[in-house]
Amino acid sequence: MSIFEAILLTVITASTPLVIAALGELVTERSGVLNLGVEGMMIMGAVAAFAGAQISGSPYVGIICGIVVGALFSSLFAFLTLTLVANQVATGLALTLLGLGLSGQLGEAYVSVPGIRLEEIVIPFLSDIPVVGPVLFKQDFIFYLSIALVFGVSWFLFRSRAGLKLRAIGDSHGSAHALGIHVIRTRYLAVMFGGACAGLAGAQLSLVYTPQWAENMSAGRGWITLALVVFASWRPWRVFAGGYLFGAVTILQLHAQAFGLGIPSQFLSMLPYAATIVVLIIISHNRRTTLINTPASLGKAFVPER
Amino acid sequence: MRIELEKRPQVSKLYAFISPLLALVLTLIAGAIMFAMLGKDPVEALDAFFVEPLLEVWSLHELAIKAAPLILIGVGLAVCYRSNNWNIGAEGQFTIGAITGSYIPIIFYDWHSPLVLPLMLILGALGGALFAAIPALLKAHFNTNEILTSLMLVYIAQLYLDWLIRGAWRDPKGFNFPVSRDFAPEAIVPAIWEESGRAHWGFIFAIVAAVLVWFMMRFTLKGFEVIVLGQSERAGRFAGFSSKRMIWFSFLFSGALAGLAGICEVSGSIGHLQPAISPGYGFTAIIVAFLGRLNPLGIIASGLVLALTYLGGEAAQLSIGVSDKVTRVFQGLILFFVLSCDTLIYYKIRILWSRARGGAA
Repeated sequence: MSIFEAILLTVITASTPLVIAALGELVTERSGVLNLGVEGMMIMGAVAAFAGAQISGSPYVGIICGIVVGALFSSLFAFLTLTLVANQVATGLALTLLGLGLSGQLGEAYVSVPGIRLEEIVIPFLSDIPVVGPVLFKQDFIFYLSIALVFGVSWFLFRSRAGLKLRAIGDSHGSAHALGIHVIRTRYLAVMFGGACAGLAGAQLSLVYTPQWAENMSAGRGWITLALVVFASWRPWRVFAGGYLFGAVTILQLHAQAFGLGIPSQFLSMLPYAATIVVLIIISHNRRTTLINTPASLGKAFVPER
Repeated sequence: MRIELEKRPQVSKLYAFISPLLALVLTLIAGAIMFAMLGKDPVEALDAFFVEPLLEVWSLHELAIKAAPLILIGVGLAVCYRSNNWNIGAEGQFTIGAITGSYIPIIFYDWHSPLVLPLMLILGALGGALFAAIPALLKAHFNTNEILTSLMLVYIAQLYLDWLIRGAWRDPKGFNFPVSRDFAPEAIVPAIWEESGRAHWGFIFAIVAAVLVWFMMRFTLKGFEVIVLGQSERAGRFAGFSSKRMIWFSFLFSGALAGLAGICEVSGSIGHLQPAISPGYGFTAIIVAFLGRLNPLGIIASGLVLALTYLGGEAAQLSIGVSDKVTRVFQGLILFFVLSCDTLIYYKIRILWSRARGGAA
């Protein structure tokens, strides 16, 4: 395997969780809900997946645990913000703080326990193609799922009737309600889909990226995910491209550390975070384009008139 | 079952007072359930967590030490949140304040003067304010989301501290441990009552800051400006207030207080710089601000409550053998319950058990 292929493989591993979690958050935000709790849902998914895999011995059970726990955890957010109309920004922060604490508590027994790695699925014939084959067709299940999700979310939002309704709610919950669309119910589902995706992304971290459990192992990825959605101006394919861009930055700084460029490792480690800020500046700079794409009801509470 | 909300004709003053207390009671109940699930006697555990740390004088001092940064940062954040600016990066401003304030005692180690400490405190506040100026500049001029930028800067600040401590500022006599040299005695924030415990003047600064900010919010034009712009940017513009200048004001102000908290913590209770200088004070202060209902006097009380969760976590680790991670769980739970109970202030909640009516709920 050439160095080029090796780098590509690590970029894919680093990008996959970002793409998955960002797709979930994209659907949530398209429905008009701003859930800042991605970091918390992701770390809960990571610990649940690790524990599930340890107890059952199967990483696939772990994946299911991650998804279910992510969705359940996000429904806590949904209850507070949708049923009790609590402030979405503050509740999202609460979700993250609670998630970081709870995962630390639950994962205590699993610190420095050897993890179970999700094995690759080799697709016959296709994986024999030089360079592309081993990179794209000799991957783990979660990678294939992430690709399917990009197509699926894109199709759902722009080609399906339910997606049209979801976008309508995000753009004007008042009008959607007047048309008889179930605003609150749809938003519950959107938030829980976002939670499930964040949980799956967490499962990727503890089963593929580094098959072990460490406290705070999400390391700000949930927050980068939120920036990615803004960067992508709420479009699935741009989320995909952005996720890979960020994955590449993360991996290249790691390789740069290994090469020893004379730059202190701490400064290289800052790169993904600094890149996030730079990207946000570039995207937000043009007020008009951001306004066109932002769901108009984003972050606003909805209380049906009776 | 369905839950319906009905907007109250006016904000309920009664519930504004009861809501944080109700939240605390609910947190205790949830905590008791959690301890029971961990296989501990809930009453004994809650006693060890929340009551025993209050029974000894030295641990009251520890409470003040932990409450000081929480109150200082929380008061600044309250001004920010009131004006609808979401500074989430106080942890980073705290770290940078600790670094800039430590410049004098580390670089000019041999300079002995009564000026050292005041200069350190000023530098600390300046450092925090300058670091908070980054998200303020980006929000005011590039319309960049301040939540994300201020948060990304936390990671950058922590890595910067790590680099300093492992590199240029490492104590040459520190046996290769990543710590700076210990501060000289004149660079230490003095204790309040040295006879009985370690509590230092940082706590006094915190109380004074809270009272001053309370006065500002209540009686000055600046406070009025904060509240008007926070409630409606449009109304504020009609009154001739500038939302751009408010971004700058609120960020610089909260950053300065976080920076001051940082240098007080390093100089008052740690005594040198090290890679980990905060058990998440900057994030916990967000909870402090909300539990105190964004009111500076309320924040003094809520700062003490959250400080108790840190202390209780340490105590529970020793006496009943649960991990100190319980602290973070309690802190998260408190914020959750505070936010849910706040609904009672604005809405009447009706629970409907029948499924008779359809509709969009």
